[in-house]
Amino acid sequence: MTPEDVVSRLRSGMTLGIGGWGSRRKPMALVRALLRSDITDLTVVSYGGPDVGLLAAAGRIRTLVAAFATLDSIPLEPHFRAARQRGAFELREIDEAMFMWGLQAAAHRLPFLPVRAGLGSDVMRVNPALRTVTSPYDDGETFVAMPALRMDAALVHLHRADRLGNGQYLGPDPYFDDLFCEAADSAYVSCERIVDDFASAVPQTLLVKRHSVTGVVEAPHGAHFTSCAPDYGRDEPFQKLYATTPWPDFAERFLSGDEKTYQSAVQSWHEEQQ
Amino acid sequence: MNATTTTRAEYCAIACADAWRDNGEVLASPMGLIPSIGARLAKRTFSPDLLLTDGEALIVGLDGSVEGWLPYRQHLAMVTGGRRHVMMGASQLDRFGNQNISCIGDWQRPDRQLLGVRGAPVNTLNNPVSYWVPKHSKRVFVARVDMISGVGYDSAAAAGPSATRFHRIPRVVSDLGVFDFATPDRTMRLACVHPGVSVAEVRAATGFPLAVPDEVPRTREPTATELRLIRTVIDPEGLREREVPAA
Repeated sequence: MTPEDVVSRLRSGMTLGIGGWGSRRKPMALVRALLRSDITDLTVVSYGGPDVGLLAAAGRIRTLVAAFATLDSIPLEPHFRAARQRGAFELREIDEAMFMWGLQAAAHRLPFLPVRAGLGSDVMRVNPALRTVTSPYDDGETFVAMPALRMDAALVHLHRADRLGNGQYLGPDPYFDDLFCEAADSAYVSCERIVDDFASAVPQTLLVKRHSVTGVVEAPHGAHFTSCAPDYGRDEPFQKLYATTPWPDFAERFLSGDEKTYQSAVQSWHEEQQ
Repeated sequence: MNATTTTRAEYCAIACADAWRDNGEVLASPMGLIPSIGARLAKRTFSPDLLLTDGEALIVGLDGSVEGWLPYRQHLAMVTGGRRHVMMGASQLDRFGNQNISCIGDWQRPDRQLLGVRGAPVNTLNNPVSYWVPKHSKRVFVARVDMISGVGYDSAAAAGPSATRFHRIPRVVSDLGVFDFATPDRTMRLACVHPGVSVAEVRAATGFPLAVPDEVPRTREPTATELRLIRTVIDPEGLREREVPAA
């Protein structure tokens, strides 16, 4: 598939999960394709990074489900901040662990899973729909009943994949990409390179299984400007440019064409800096 | 930096290091420069069993050699299993130890959006959480935080036994002193001041009534070995002096 093929399967109003973490291995090529479409009114579920920033700046988010948004080396995501401060979307702010158990519940077809996290914090105040559940055993403890984070579609970026949708990660952390795929009705994997087989692969690196994947896109540098170690690190100078350039200027220079145009615009920018 | 006099930044590092004393075989998760110096100092000296990460998914020794793998989902299991002591930052902190890193102002439409609650709710209910504040002021030490991210003693008590069961805030370290919650009502107490800081100075920079004992001790002096390790091994470039400039 192409990024455009993926986006053609998505609709306005959908709940969309985005894999990776912060500014690490985000499916940026797919997010950029989404930005080229008219799709809007999204509920975005993400361990937020520039995916959230880009979609928020472009006004595509109706509701964000997140524990944070960060660029890692730049702690605060500027477009997420600006959008929140102008009240541009509704936030369902939950804790990182609650988020994970929400994905687990969705992947396991459970309505909720009990978590200790959240009790006593203002996560309960700002999410009045959250309920608690009492243990039926002798301990009688009370926990947050974290509802399943079921999604219409998930987008993740991996290092390698085959044409059937089996995906391999080569970096230090799988993040929660397999769970995102299992928790969504459809899942699209972009990858640095499509391979014929995984003959020499370390089995534990084969993270995502084809039964949970709808389509595969070969997108070299598809996580740019987030890190995709060991294939490439975060493009720190470019991330800094993203974080400090007014949104209309950034969008005009880098996001007005297709993915190929984006990658060459990035290259030209780097050449100008030398 | 005077070769003989301990700097404020070094007292801060010592106070952070002591947070991990007698913690045993747990993950030390320092957030920020001075806590990182403190954690490494603790591991090099009195708490050799501490586990440290590379900031991503590897558990590493003091020389950077890999001893384990800790992706986020296992990291979260270490949190909920209680085998971790984190020292977090705080944009706001109140007298019961409620912490805010989410946003400033009304949550519905904040004046300043910050990080979000991140893992502060899960941290505070499951493993010991200390705090590091590099610049002690009334903007940070507030009467009431705008969004409770890290749970304080009063909020945990109000939420019931499941919230209090593993809840503990061992200490708060700022550039002025060290604070704990060893009071009958679990409100913040001045445990010691860094040398050169007066109690009046601490009170003036704190936006709530602080419990202050009759005799306030001073932060302990580093040993000669500790000072040498900080200055020549852990932070030879003196980055600590930038985070906490000399008073």
